[in-house]
Amino acid sequence: MPAVSLTVNGKAVTADVDPRTLLVQFLREHLRLTGTHVGCDTSQCGACLVHINGVAVKSCTTLVLQAEGANVLTIEGLAAPDGPLHPMQEAFRENHGLQCGFCTPGMVMSAVDMVRRKGHDLDEHTIRQELDGNLCRCTGYHNIVKAIAAGAKAMKGSSPAA
Amino acid sequence: MYEFKYHRPTTVRQAANLLTKFSEAKLLAGGHSLIPVMKLRLAKPSDIVDLSQVEGLSGIELKGRSIVIGAMTKHGEVANSQVVKDALPVLAEVPGSIGDPAVRHRGTIGGSLANNDPNADYPAAVLGLGATIITNKRRIAADDFFKGMFETALAPDEIITKVQFPIAKKAAYEKFKHPASGFALVGVFVSKRGSDIRVAVTGAGSNGVFRVASFEEALKKRFSPKSIEGMTIPADGMNSDIHGSAEYRAHLVAVLARRALAKA
Repeated sequence: MPAVSLTVNGKAVTADVDPRTLLVQFLREHLRLTGTHVGCDTSQCGACLVHINGVAVKSCTTLVLQAEGANVLTIEGLAAPDGPLHPMQEAFRENHGLQCGFCTPGMVMSAVDMVRRKGHDLDEHTIRQELDGNLCRCTGYHNIVKAIAAGAKAMKGSSPAA
Repeated sequence: MYEFKYHRPTTVRQAANLLTKFSEAKLLAGGHSLIPVMKLRLAKPSDIVDLSQVEGLSGIELKGRSIVIGAMTKHGEVANSQVVKDALPVLAEVPGSIGDPAVRHRGTIGGSLANNDPNADYPAAVLGLGATIITNKRRIAADDFFKGMFETALAPDEIITKVQFPIAKKAAYEKFKHPASGFALVGVFVSKRGSDIRVAVTGAGSNGVFRVASFEEALKKRFSPKSIEGMTIPADGMNSDIHGSAEYRAHLVAVLARRALAKA
């Protein structure tokens, strides 16, 4: 089995893997980082969103071998283990930007990526447009959009995600 | 997924050698077309040749009167490129309309063209601008590249390295987006560069992207929606599925061509 070496949430990881292993499977089943979810498994819903080298990708449509040498950030790595929540997580909590919570990790990772690409002042139209690849089956978009706008502002001045 | 062997070459030559050695091998670029069909077991490659570590396949360059895009350049990079936006804005619009932001972070121009999905957007831009596909072996004109649904002129060991787009004076793309998938139910790309007038259609034809000769002829006099007013194309050879009948698609071709011309 081929070996893969990557950094996940700041920790170096090396493993022998079946080449078919998807990044999301590796995160959930090998590393037990179950915050990243599998929703549709067809790269549409965004529940599996993680960052590879700072850029949001769908981990259900990426082989872990494609992440060789990469820096992967999951929802678990967004805030320090014992520290306060990341400003975007805090904004989701504050604005009740979730209903069942299944899509939330992907929503938060998508939102942080949105701030990287579009800046801190996000209007509703931009947020809805850029949230194209994240589905909430509870249709809780109203508060999700509010949370992202607030989180984007709160991220101003805070250090960028690891 | 069916089992496969994984290879990670670092040069185009190594990648080509692997394709020669393993006849059932497939190239992996961004993986956003190939991995889904492998997951559905609709593709069964014996070997996967991952191009992610091959240097020099990415980048966007303005070269004289053309834009050259490396095969592994991501949709998002083209969509956000200031070089492209300044020189030929429609070429940024096309990949900007593919999938969603995360998909555009992975999907590549070379992957899209080699796959030649009948509903993909890039084939319309390539054929609609008369671009040139540059491979490890030769240069292929867009008119000779697309050979039907999921079929191209690429030889089994041939790898796209770059795509060269001439900068057209007038060009526009109009797409009728499938509301769920974002794919083009029909997309029409029009351009005018000197006497070269092109109308390329994706999504509609059952053989993939095609040009509309009758529209192009009519546009020779004047490159304007008025020139094709009332013109239609036959429904023969159009796709027909639950999303739209052949007649509906044929109708959309004329409508979108007029809208694109109005925008160009």
